[in-house]
Amino acid sequence: MYPNQFDYHRAASVAEAVELLSSLPDAKLVAGGHSLIPAMKLRAAQPAALVDIGRIPGLSDISADGDSLVIGALVTHASVADSTAVQGGCPMLAETAAAIGDIQVRNRGTVGGSLAHADPGADYPAAMLALGAEITAVGAGGERTIAASDFFVDILTTALADNEVITSVRVPCAAGGAYLKHRHPASSYAVVGVAACVGLDGGNVASCSIGINGVTGKAVLADAAAAALCGGPASPDRIAAAAACVGEAFDEPLGDLYASGEFRAHLAGVYTKRALAVAAERAS
Amino acid sequence: MGRYVGTSVKRVEDPRFIQGKGRYVANIQFPDMVHVAIKRSPEAHARITRIDTSAAAAMDGVVAVFTGQDFKDGGCGSLPCGWLVPDTKVPDRPIVVTDRVCHVGDSVAVVAARTPYIAADAVEAIEVDYEPLPTVVDARGAMDEGAPLVHAEIEDNVSYHWALGDQEACDKAFAEADEVVEIELVNQRLIPTAMEPRAAAAQWDAAAGEMTVWTTSQNPHPIRLLLSAFTLMIPESKLRVISPDVGGGFGSKIFHYPEEVIVPWVAREVGRPARWVATRTESQMTDSQGRDHVTVAKLAMTSDGTFTGLDVETWANQGAYLSTFAPLIPTALYITLLSGNYKMPGVFGKVHGTLTNTVPVDAYRGAGRPEAAYLVERLVDLAAARLGRDPLELRRQNAIPKEDFPYQTPVAFLYDSGDYDRLMATAADRADYAGMRESQAAARAAGKLRGVGVVCCIEASGPAPSAVAGSLGSAVGFWESGEIRVHPTGQVSVFTGSHSHGQGHETTLAQVAADELGVPIESVEVVHGDTGRINFGMGTYGSRSACVGGSALVRSAEKVRAKVLKLGAHLLEAAEEDVVYDQEAGRVHVKGSPDRGKDFGELAFAAYTAHNMPEGMEPGLNFVSFYDPANFTFPASSHICEVEICSDSWEVRVLRYVAVDDVGKVINPMIVEGQIQGGVVQGVGQALTEIGAYSDDGQLLSGTLLEYAVPRADLLPGIEVDRIETPSPHNPLGVKGAGEMGTIAATPAVANAVLDALAPLGVTHIELPLTPERIWRAVQAAGNGA
Amino acid sequence: MRHRVCLTVNGKAEEFDVEPRLLLCHLLRAYVGLTGTNIGCDTSQCGSCTVLMDGKAVKSCTVLAVQADGCEVTTIEGLAGADGLHPVQQSFWDNHGLQCGFCTPGMIMTAVEILERNPDASDADVRHGLEGNICRCTGYENIVKSIVAAGTRATS
Repeated sequence: MYPNQFDYHRAASVAEAVELLSSLPDAKLVAGGHSLIPAMKLRAAQPAALVDIGRIPGLSDISADGDSLVIGALVTHASVADSTAVQGGCPMLAETAAAIGDIQVRNRGTVGGSLAHADPGADYPAAMLALGAEITAVGAGGERTIAASDFFVDILTTALADNEVITSVRVPCAAGGAYLKHRHPASSYAVVGVAACVGLDGGNVASCSIGINGVTGKAVLADAAAAALCGGPASPDRIAAAAACVGEAFDEPLGDLYASGEFRAHLAGVYTKRALAVAAERAS
Repeated sequence: MGRYVGTSVKRVEDPRFIQGKGRYVANIQFPDMVHVAIKRSPEAHARITRIDTSAAAAMDGVVAVFTGQDFKDGGCGSLPCGWLVPDTKVPDRPIVVTDRVCHVGDSVAVVAARTPYIAADAVEAIEVDYEPLPTVVDARGAMDEGAPLVHAEIEDNVSYHWALGDQEACDKAFAEADEVVEIELVNQRLIPTAMEPRAAAAQWDAAAGEMTVWTTSQNPHPIRLLLSAFTLMIPESKLRVISPDVGGGFGSKIFHYPEEVIVPWVAREVGRPARWVATRTESQMTDSQGRDHVTVAKLAMTSDGTFTGLDVETWANQGAYLSTFAPLIPTALYITLLSGNYKMPGVFGKVHGTLTNTVPVDAYRGAGRPEAAYLVERLVDLAAARLGRDPLELRRQNAIPKEDFPYQTPVAFLYDSGDYDRLMATAADRADYAGMRESQAAARAAGKLRGVGVVCCIEASGPAPSAVAGSLGSAVGFWESGEIRVHPTGQVSVFTGSHSHGQGHETTLAQVAADELGVPIESVEVVHGDTGRINFGMGTYGSRSACVGGSALVRSAEKVRAKVLKLGAHLLEAAEEDVVYDQEAGRVHVKGSPDRGKDFGELAFAAYTAHNMPEGMEPGLNFVSFYDPANFTFPASSHICEVEICSDSWEVRVLRYVAVDDVGKVINPMIVEGQIQGGVVQGVGQALTEIGAYSDDGQLLSGTLLEYAVPRADLLPGIEVDRIETPSPHNPLGVKGAGEMGTIAATPAVANAVLDALAPLGVTHIELPLTPERIWRAVQAAGNGA
Repeated sequence: MRHRVCLTVNGKAEEFDVEPRLLLCHLLRAYVGLTGTNIGCDTSQCGSCTVLMDGKAVKSCTVLAVQADGCEVTTIEGLAGADGLHPVQQSFWDNHGLQCGFCTPGMIMTAVEILERNPDASDADVRHGLEGNICRCTGYENIVKSIVAAGTRATS
């Protein structure tokens, strides 16, 4: 299929990108383009202009900063999955990146693009929520940091202003994490994706967070389930009991031809159980 | 036997494909070419109250815009249906609609532009006002009282009713039955999804009045016939149809489609070559789709498990119009297969072909036969469960014994040959069926949902003979042509009317010709897919090319050999009865004196120099044969599938898949195995992932590959393939069709395995595809909350 | 508004004047005349159009030609070397890894990346690695066999 016509601008810097976004009517950012271009081909998206940030220097690095990793907005999913720093410091994030789409998609799609698009079936949002990531964006008013829990607003909607550009994501390292997804057999998106983090203190769960995507319009934190696991051992029974609480996180589960909202909510419980078990295993 | 038949010769067509040199229609370019795009209806049923093409026509780069009226006024006829059972009601199917759309994707207007991008812009700029009409999408619901009519003139939305079998014997079987099992099932709508989207290109030579059409067809000659006689109205002598490399068909590229008329018509109208290439989204809503049956059936048996009767009623969704062979599929290719591989005296089936506001339905890999196999094999498993019998054992008990062949079923077919007991025994052995059952018991004891599915399936391949097809409603014959042209150097060109779109005919048919003539395979080229080079042919579908097309070549080779033998005898100054044609060496020599002979090449040259010919012999060495087979061939299969179902997320994991097939003699084992493997995965796709779904208002819910789940590489862990051979007695190669058997058997094999796994939970039936959610719901409905 | 795009396609540097909306697959097919890169879907699912862009497998239907400016692109036509077929091409031929051939260029280009990442790829690795490529003919059996055989792992 064939996208509609648009003007194309290649930004040399974040500042230029912000300026172009501010001045051009109905302009969209493009980096890897793996969320936007498919929508444009179906003419579901018809921007008047594209601002290509794909070549802005300095946004394609992964660096360690204390107990966190800072991942540039233009880092591809493949680079996240393959990074020894990510695999070592935050295995769940590498696992999440490796679960996205396919090799070809991971070679082009970027962290920033995926987050900004905020597809309900995208894989990163659950991980970012569970890890407590912070998204750094630059807009006309300068740079700001947005907590992942504030970032995802609704289906395909984020807290970003129209002229803001994601520059990086700061992800706290967590050894005890796991991301598991039920893959849509056609689209490869997450029907349900569960990112779980478990921190152990002695034999007990000291901290726990669970991010879930695919079920509702935006990725959510299953706080009740996470709280239920804390304060005791990560035993199969306690994990099962915690996972049974995930339903509280879902306001309006989404359904499609493949899986109804009701079934997605069911799967979320199952995958939470599995992800918690793997995360706890990794934490110990 | 010769050097090549029976061996896995590497495919001669592969070098061009692996180097990106495939000659697909979408690759055809002309400097001055216009790109055609088609405005598609977003409505399933609506009256068109206004079409405004002015904005589109005014766009820079747009060459022309046409509406349905232009095609009508321009002399285009409606698309015909090529198979009419008695009293079939055929709705008019215009090339481009004028006042009413009947399914999402119906053609509304046509654009020709300088680039495909501009054409897409122009299509978007065409304004159409629709006044929505009520819709009907369900095969059985279409006949409900008060259901909206798809075509006002066709009462109850019924295109035809059809029945076959021995109703008296059937009624008697049920009256006397000890046990009866019943089922109601849906065989879901499928979208064929050949990887190459359909395409057409055309070049008009105004001075000569000649049109060349390139189309992604499985059968260019019938397309030329239909274009000439019904739609485009250009004489066959002035019309050349070429189907070059075609990227898969699976039935969906048999039929005559509107675009095959639109593109040449536009090319002539604008005086420039034209090309249209479907987008995937367009393919999904315009390629004829497959299956879509609702069936109610019951099986009668005695207490010892002997099947005595089968009673079937099916509602077959034909879509909004009758696609080219639509009525054939649920009639003569479905009801006729209901006897399966079993001795069953009382088989009776009836079918109602209904019209709905959906994309037309026609043949899709297997075409009618998978529908029969799925129904029969599900019923047999239900019977085994009822009787507490092992499903494999019950099948072996009821299988037609090999000494009963040829076997006349109660539903018209005369099965040619087979050994179903040996087939099942081989499958059981290969799969270690007993071991599978043991590990199933252990798995169940450990709380796992493990299942084993076993099937024995029949196929009728290579539709035949033409006279019978005609009596059943066919507008065409089912013979095939095969021409062997020996060039003066002894090189051989083989012209076949069958068509390869992945099956490897350029190799397989070369193997046949090389062996028949005794020449090296390197000196044989196979030509197909061009009405300008092949005199006529029926194309490829119904697993017919080896049985029918191959046999035609054998006949032509016999004629070549006879002439060469006679010429050889003459040149060797020997009596004809004193010389032999050595097929191993490709040489004619005097009996008992191999040295006194002439090579094939020498004799070919002599035939063309014609300096010294026997009395009355014409020069040249070129023969064509038209082979009309005496019967279908009847391949059979026994497949065994082992699955495990996750007891909380309900995903089905296939642990093993064993396919044992009997496709008669095998020309190229590598290619036949590839056909079986590919077929199996398509059948597994129907069982587990694929569904062409419509909303009640006729919107296609699986219109892109984001929703329509074609199997991926990780759906199966691998396929173990084996075979037995019972040669077909009525074709010279002893072959049976191999292209569809895998698909036919795989769907019930997987379904039986899944339902076997769920049996302890009380689940006896789930509609396809067996997605996790459908399984979850069935388990809940059976009272086993999860 | 048109843009100048410089590409090195199969080792040959070329310049094109294109609309920004032109997709890389269409540039390759219509402007360069390399029709080996097939287009099988609209939604980045089928992988038929896979090419190597700066050595990485990408779906050329989901890349704007302007985004590829300055890149090196290798298509199926550029895979064979002076000494003949690429080992993956040869393996597809030897192992009957194709039927209709339409998905084949994309399969082969993806296979090159799979084996580059893991020359010792197993049957399961390859099945997983092909998650972005659809074949409707072969049931994948012989594609997997072809790719494993082209790697360092001996097939059993």
